[in-house]
Amino acid sequence: MRRHRPGRPAFGLATITWLYVLWSLVPVLVAMRISFNSGKSRSAFQSPSLRWYVDDPLQSVWHDDTLRQPLKNTLKLAALSMIFTTPIGVMMAIGLQRWRGRLSKASNGLMLVPLVTPEIVMGVALFLVFTQIYTGVPGGFSRQLLGHITFSISYVVVIVRGRLAAIGPQYEEAARDLGANRLQAMRLVLLPLLGPAIFASVMVVFAGSVDDFVISSFLSTGAATETVPMKIYSGGRATATPALNALATIMLVFTLSAVALAALVMRSMRKRQGGGEDARLGSLAAVG
Amino acid sequence: MANAAGAAPGGHRNGFWGLLSLPGVAWLLALFVVPFYAIGAVAFGRVDPILRTPDPVWSPFSWDFSAMNKVIGRVFGGDLGGVVVRTLSFVGTSLALCCLIGYPVAYYVARHASRWRGVLLAALVLPFWISYLMRMLAWVNLLQVDGYFNRLLGWLHLGGSRNWLDGDWSTVVIGLVYGYIPFFILPLYASLERLDKGLLEAGRDLGASPARVFRRVTLPLSVPGLLSASVITVLPMFGDYYTNTFLSSGSPRTEMIGNQIERDLRGSSQAQTGASLVLILSAMLLVMMTYYLVVTVRAQRSVAT
Repeated sequence: MRRHRPGRPAFGLATITWLYVLWSLVPVLVAMRISFNSGKSRSAFQSPSLRWYVDDPLQSVWHDDTLRQPLKNTLKLAALSMIFTTPIGVMMAIGLQRWRGRLSKASNGLMLVPLVTPEIVMGVALFLVFTQIYTGVPGGFSRQLLGHITFSISYVVVIVRGRLAAIGPQYEEAARDLGANRLQAMRLVLLPLLGPAIFASVMVVFAGSVDDFVISSFLSTGAATETVPMKIYSGGRATATPALNALATIMLVFTLSAVALAALVMRSMRKRQGGGEDARLGSLAAVG
Repeated sequence: MANAAGAAPGGHRNGFWGLLSLPGVAWLLALFVVPFYAIGAVAFGRVDPILRTPDPVWSPFSWDFSAMNKVIGRVFGGDLGGVVVRTLSFVGTSLALCCLIGYPVAYYVARHASRWRGVLLAALVLPFWISYLMRMLAWVNLLQVDGYFNRLLGWLHLGGSRNWLDGDWSTVVIGLVYGYIPFFILPLYASLERLDKGLLEAGRDLGASPARVFRRVTLPLSVPGLLSASVITVLPMFGDYYTNTFLSSGSPRTEMIGNQIERDLRGSSQAQTGASLVLILSAMLLVMMTYYLVVTVRAQRSVAT
């Protein structure tokens, strides 16, 4: 039997792969480093300082209202999106997993469509519906929140359903056999089993909301409802200071902490329960 | 088995599960289906003759298609033709680059990386958690006239005084690739990882060279993965208007169809034209969206069994 010479073709592939990894991450690291610049330049690093985070009395993220306000808006939007989306999404996931019939199939399709709809289509649709029909909803934050919940629901459903399929019905059946009614079985058996998946989906909702630019922008009413991505977009083209990089870095730290927390919870729950490979794949896929 | 895994304990009370999905379904009807219908009502509706504001027509029986026909005329051969062709060529070039870079990476991580696989996977997922606009901001920093990229070029004696952020199409294409390639690599990785190793070994045992096995077995088997990865990448690219604006200081030379739509709706009062363009774009993407949905539903079913 012929064996290929060990490592030869793989060496070229390995080089491409590691170069890709460098290319994908180094620019962001450079941008983070620039946020600690002591000078005004956003293209070259001079010496380290916290000037653009707190020290500068006018232009740092801490002191400049036009930077602090988007940060507040973004976090408020993400927090409320998580609070409203999670129960709707979890209920929908359990319901769709078990509901049978034509209407169920249609609902399942409806749930999946937002995942493949280009953001600009959803942005235009929401923009028009709020200016033409739901004119009673106050412009700005409320509309942005409704929009964020709309595109977040499907993430939760897909992740939680993946876990539901992996768990199967037997635990609940056992609880029912032991005398629990359906709601008790759900509350005492199913929801704890779903815990890590729910937590992971909440973090995905957070990350999706914090990253969103198009929907927030279409439903914004001006500076008071600017979010961090919008601020980066409007500020990055003009003569910006490294404070913009500081703002982006702060947001990145928030997101990565959320993700790390989710990973830790998933891991510890999985150790206790075993299994869960499908749920993990599901959450990985749902991220895209 | 399909039912055993999914069937509910006490599944005869189907209505309860329907009720449980109701809030989600109602939400999506009110804030996804109705809004999408509103695009149609505006595109096929009337326009206030004085204020130029849209006057949507909700009944499809009195829809007026003349505005849409005009926009279609402008897209095919009219003044919007250039933007559409540019959008198609930007997306096409970016997708080709995604394949060239993304396939080797996904292939290596799925099939060769043994010791470093965990690290590499984390590196492939990481960009998903970094804000898209922060990743673009990073390039704006690097590509400043006195930035690190030009300095690198100067050091290599390859020029180094060019302004990359002034409506340069190559900057925009690289930006699109940089922005969306994680969406390409991850699903491709997932499909290559599931590839049946027995088939590859069979090819080798029957005397094919590694190159031949790759060409005759691996490549054909990766087609579904490549297709769905391409769809996931291309769908958001078609609607993108911020990458090119951000990376070219809003130069009209790199405008895509998304810019036109955004301007029609929010800048000038051309809501009807914008709505018509969104419908044309959606119709163009519908085949891809349907393909992806069918694949997803099939995958869902295979998880459930």
